[in-house]
Amino acid sequence: MTSPEEGTGGPGARTHSLRAFTAILAKDLRVELRTLQAVPAMVLFAVTTFVLFRYGLDRTSLSGSLAAGVLLATVLFAAILAINRLFVPERDEGGFDAIRLAPVDGSALLAAKAAALIVYLVVLEAVALPVFGVFFLDTWTGVAPLAGVLLLTDLGLAATGVLVSQIGANSRARDLLVPLVLLPLLVPVMIAAANSAQRLLAAGGPSYGGIGKWLAVLALYDVTFLLVAYAVYDFVLED
Amino acid sequence: MGKLELEERTADSGSARRELADAVELSGVWREFGDRPVLRDVSFALARGGTLALLGPNGAGKTTLLRIVATLLRPSHGEVRVLGCSLPAQAHRVRGRLGYLGHEPLLYRDLTAAENLRFQARLYGLPDDGRGRIAELLDTVGMARRANELVRNLSAGMVQRLAACRSVLHDPELLLLDEPRSHLDPEGASLVEALIGRRPDRARVLVAHDIEGALGDSDNALALAAGGAVAYSGPSTGLSVGDARAIYGGAL
Repeated sequence: MTSPEEGTGGPGARTHSLRAFTAILAKDLRVELRTLQAVPAMVLFAVTTFVLFRYGLDRTSLSGSLAAGVLLATVLFAAILAINRLFVPERDEGGFDAIRLAPVDGSALLAAKAAALIVYLVVLEAVALPVFGVFFLDTWTGVAPLAGVLLLTDLGLAATGVLVSQIGANSRARDLLVPLVLLPLLVPVMIAAANSAQRLLAAGGPSYGGIGKWLAVLALYDVTFLLVAYAVYDFVLED
Repeated sequence: MGKLELEERTADSGSARRELADAVELSGVWREFGDRPVLRDVSFALARGGTLALLGPNGAGKTTLLRIVATLLRPSHGEVRVLGCSLPAQAHRVRGRLGYLGHEPLLYRDLTAAENLRFQARLYGLPDDGRGRIAELLDTVGMARRANELVRNLSAGMVQRLAACRSVLHDPELLLLDEPRSHLDPEGASLVEALIGRRPDRARVLVAHDIEGALGDSDNALALAAGGAVAYSGPSTGLSVGDARAIYGGAL
């Protein structure tokens, strides 16, 4: 029920949006736990990719920009697997209509989908990062701060991914359209994340010189795309 | 819908107009998909508590019209007022006050019947996630024992019963029904009727191909053919079954 406050953005609207956000997020996580459609595919993709790099490059250890590139490219393409599927239940099972019929602000759907994607990415990284370490790292000292860089990267992937996934949701060419639009938009995230990660994965241990600038770029990108997604999402959601 | 919230709304400024306004008013509504007009200059009014039968052959634009009233589609031209609110500008004030039972059940296949309804109840902000209301509705349509089955394992008829529960879960003021008895056997249709049937405090727009049944269950009728309204009857001017059949045959 839309309360009178909602039209004016009063406190009632925030409370209700929060309830809708938790309902949609809980639904998505419950369905994922039950069907295991997104996260296992992401993890399998990442581990397989590391194996391919391990034997394709014929290297037992990686460091610096090469290590950062292997890790981030793998996370990026694994993320696209989830981003492509993010709105499939809403499109195929009428979820968009059901949510639009309810007195729910579109931003609740946006935030819930972004949060679900972040959960998927964190689970992926919780598995993929140790595997990456075992396959390629001589020293693990940079892994803990690397998790922070990956979290900032996940935020950027989620904000941009949700928006592009929503745009492509009703297209039959979704599998082509989403990467085609998404990858160029994510270039700044990948540049900033790679520049941060290569310092943390440097041979002989992490080096923190100049990393602050790249983390700031990552954070700025995250904030910008979260705001853009919030601003335009209702228009994208409507017919 | 919570009665308390409804009372709060009606106490708001402009409430008098909302109380007096028809449930649905359409004036000169057009809807085009690309260059193809699907609805052409459709107008009608439905009083609160009344039922409008929406008739016409396949492709006449009935579902499109229903989706416009449900705020799921924007009209290309024309004026649409639902429950006293102008669409699409005030769609956010209407959502939550109408129920929609369309061709798609709007249920997640990998959730159980009860989980689907609880999800909807949370979206609508029902107290205690609507647990009591959900139990009551499932019992009414004979699905209490199947509440914990995944929707993907239910038959089409059971899914339709569940969709009917979803459409009235929040006790809407306006019910939009697009062939609500499809997939239902006589027993299922009878059970669902208890949820979606006439009530003096609820207006309904009813799309049905059972012409006699629809006309008998309505106060007004609007017949569409190829997107245009070919016949509209108010409470005092009846649309005969013969006329309606002629519309399906393209004779009118």
